[in-house]
Amino acid sequence: MGTLNYGARPLIFLNERSAVDPEPRITLDPLARLHLDTPLLLGLLSAALIGLIVLYSSSQQDLGLLLRQVAHLGLGFVVLVAVAQVPLRYLRQLTPWLYGAGILLLVAVLLFGTVRQGAQRWLNLGIVQFQPSELMKLAVPMMLAWYLTTKPLPPRWPYLIVGVVIILLPVLLILKQPDLGTALLVAMTGVVLLFLAGVSWRLIMVLAALVAAAAPLFWQLGMRDYQRQRVLTFLNPESDPLGAGWNIIQSKIAIGSGGLYGKGWLNGTQSQLEFLPEGSTDFIFAVFAEEFGLIGVGILIGVYLFLVVRGLFIALRATTVYARLLAGSLIMIFFIYVFVNIGMVSGLLPVVGLPLPLISYGGTALVTIMAGFGMLMHIATHRFRT
Amino acid sequence: MTPPSHRAQQVYRNRRRFTLVLLTVCAGILLSRAVYLQLIDHDRLRSQGDARTVRTLTIPAHRGMIVDRHGEPLAVSSPVGSIWADPTVLLQAGNRERLPQLAAALGQDPGRLTARLEAASQRRFIYLQRHLPPTEAQTIIDLGIGGVYNLREYRRYYPDAEVSAHFIGFTDIDDRGREGLELQFDPQLSGVPGSQRVLQDRRGRVVEELDVRQEPQPGQILQLSIDRRIQYYAYRALKMAVAEHRAVGGTIVVLDPHTGEILAMANQPGANPNDWSQRSGEPLRNRAVTDLFEPGSLVKPFPVAVALDSGRVQPATVIDTQGWMRVGRRTVRDIRNFGPLSVTEIITRSSNIGVVKLAQMVPAESLWNLYRDLGFGVLTGIELPGERQGVLDHHRRWVGFEYATRSFGYGLSTTALQVAQAYAVLAADGVFHPATLLKPIEAAPGRRVMSAKTARQLRMMMETVTGPQGTATRAVVPGYRVAGKTGTVHKVIDGAYDKSRYMGLFAGMVPASRPDMVAVIVIDEPRGDDYYGGLVAAPVFRATMREALRIRGVLPDGFADTVSTAAR
Repeated sequence: MGTLNYGARPLIFLNERSAVDPEPRITLDPLARLHLDTPLLLGLLSAALIGLIVLYSSSQQDLGLLLRQVAHLGLGFVVLVAVAQVPLRYLRQLTPWLYGAGILLLVAVLLFGTVRQGAQRWLNLGIVQFQPSELMKLAVPMMLAWYLTTKPLPPRWPYLIVGVVIILLPVLLILKQPDLGTALLVAMTGVVLLFLAGVSWRLIMVLAALVAAAAPLFWQLGMRDYQRQRVLTFLNPESDPLGAGWNIIQSKIAIGSGGLYGKGWLNGTQSQLEFLPEGSTDFIFAVFAEEFGLIGVGILIGVYLFLVVRGLFIALRATTVYARLLAGSLIMIFFIYVFVNIGMVSGLLPVVGLPLPLISYGGTALVTIMAGFGMLMHIATHRFRT
Repeated sequence: MTPPSHRAQQVYRNRRRFTLVLLTVCAGILLSRAVYLQLIDHDRLRSQGDARTVRTLTIPAHRGMIVDRHGEPLAVSSPVGSIWADPTVLLQAGNRERLPQLAAALGQDPGRLTARLEAASQRRFIYLQRHLPPTEAQTIIDLGIGGVYNLREYRRYYPDAEVSAHFIGFTDIDDRGREGLELQFDPQLSGVPGSQRVLQDRRGRVVEELDVRQEPQPGQILQLSIDRRIQYYAYRALKMAVAEHRAVGGTIVVLDPHTGEILAMANQPGANPNDWSQRSGEPLRNRAVTDLFEPGSLVKPFPVAVALDSGRVQPATVIDTQGWMRVGRRTVRDIRNFGPLSVTEIITRSSNIGVVKLAQMVPAESLWNLYRDLGFGVLTGIELPGERQGVLDHHRRWVGFEYATRSFGYGLSTTALQVAQAYAVLAADGVFHPATLLKPIEAAPGRRVMSAKTARQLRMMMETVTGPQGTATRAVVPGYRVAGKTGTVHKVIDGAYDKSRYMGLFAGMVPASRPDMVAVIVIDEPRGDDYYGGLVAAPVFRATMREALRIRGVLPDGFADTVSTAAR
């Protein structure tokens, strides 16, 4: 485990040239010594800065809230730097334990969790409230990568079935909370990894069909009435015109009224006048779009694309199967989050309770993302070592 | 582990490409969506956004003032704030906790306020407190409780309160005219509300005032013929008389006979329209135009006028009145046997028999025509709601005793205003002017209904009424010659004359040589020994006219009288 594996290098983003460049590079870059990737770090800082600017406006100039978010960001960067220091092989050894602990926590949530807004998602740890499903967003791709790299790639039938179980176990537990949005996202992280690992299209189709067949069964046997009700509301926000349905109408209006140049910072009427719900969290993109217009949106999407492209580049140049699979899936998941959030806020996708990465107010999701980027940075700076 | 096959390599290369394509496509979708919303659908979404934030508010129009003939205010509007609530918002968490604070600011009981709101929890609008002074309303708004709003309104104030309440009427709490002139001239007084665009947040609070779309057009100012000072003295004199004689009510109307302008119109009982609890119909009834009574002796000058006009008699012509006379199967009596009386003395003594004998000299139709010309039995057209026209039946039925009663004022009913209008003809040398409450821009030409000579003769005859032999010595205004006529009529209760209930009446004009004012006074049901019009109503004339003549700067015409008094 964790050894260079030139012989079996089914590495997804690895092109032939980078694979034959084994010279370790000595660097004097102090960031690199800290195992930090400069472009990635700059991208993250830009996004965080944009986030703070928008947040100040969306919170109606609430300095307290802004400072708390600064604290969240600080914590996020600390986690990033810390994770970046952990050698990948340790991380890899830790993976099954992490995954197992995550599963136990999800069970604990169902047994002892705090109920908030009709769903049981939170564990009260005294000082902090912790959402174990958040952990699974990282643990599932790590576990899959760990498992699949112990087997020949692309994975064959029997191994694939184990992989599917690795995905389905947490997904079903999260569904039970019920949190359809997170369950779908966790499932998607697994699917992304299976895809990157080279599972054939035919198998992916068969899996999709199986899930589709299993869903009604779970619906009938695995869920209670109120849980079903919440899932239904999620699938059809129009049935809740004063809730989710109303949100989406308002956010479309906010984005649209921004126009090309936007209404200017602190001048977005929809958000400033409290017509836009959750303007600081899930719907912060609408506030940004109203105040900074299409030009601002272009810049923000540009920053995200820069991060993703850099992430893919890092995955491409990673040296181990585990690292490549992990890096590739982490950055793709990041992009999926961005896509799903902006897609839902602008009315393309159903409303999932999903924050805009690095921009929305909130600590839990931010720390998860930063931990992911920490792993990416470690992979980036350890191209030729393990 | 086995090395990857060539096929596997191919798979991974495809996956790489697929990933990049997917990335590009997804980013493209997001950007296209932004372009669609922000450029293509921009106008529609922007207007929808404005529809949520931009509200058009009504700016109430200032209700026009009602002023007297000199521009003195009788009804004015001042700005007030009305606090209202949207219970669906106010009862939400975050606002609900502050209800005790709100109740304290409003001076209401917190429990009752909560109960009221909960009873209306499905409604979007209830008033919490109407008509607060603007500063107090602002204090409540400054608490910043969601769901509580201030509506700017105007409240009507009547500076003279009960003095002029009967004809001015009042507005309701929504500033709409409900009674009197306020009702009659509501369209002119109301004005046109303006509108203003404001930026509102989701809780309905006005965040920014954008622009005034339409300035409110204030209502027109209504100028009356009323003289506020005469009105005051008339009201005071009437109120004192009603109190003194413990009467049920009373009315006084003062007219300018040359134009028909009403200078004063007061009633008792009265009520203060500034006090909402007093705004009930009964005490604010404008008896001068709504209450009918039989004019009795007040009409006696008119059959005399017809007789004079016919040329059959002169003021000095003597008629024998024997105290009683038989008309058909009925008997007409005087209060005592006056014996032979001149036509003048018939007026002086108010002899029923004398008047009947004079009336019998002319056809009934002549008297009926004069009554009609004087405005009896028809609406005066005064600018007030609820006027009654009285009853003047057709002269075909005026046969025998019926004709006799019509000549001394029974069998027909009038309002005080109609009597004043009729007396104004005598004062204006036979020219009729319809009564009006408005100050006319130019005097309307009158309609001659009686010869000037007859009118002057009658005035001279009626001067004797206030003379030593007359029934209205208490109507005398020192320094002025007063012409008038008293009346005392039994009230009609349930279709029959009540032997013990009277109305004391007086109608007069001053100065008699060239009358400036006509006044009619009705004292309804005076109690006690004094109930004759000359005793209960005539003093009101004197008290009012003494001040009114001074106010109008009318030169005394009773100079010889004054000199002789001084010389004594």
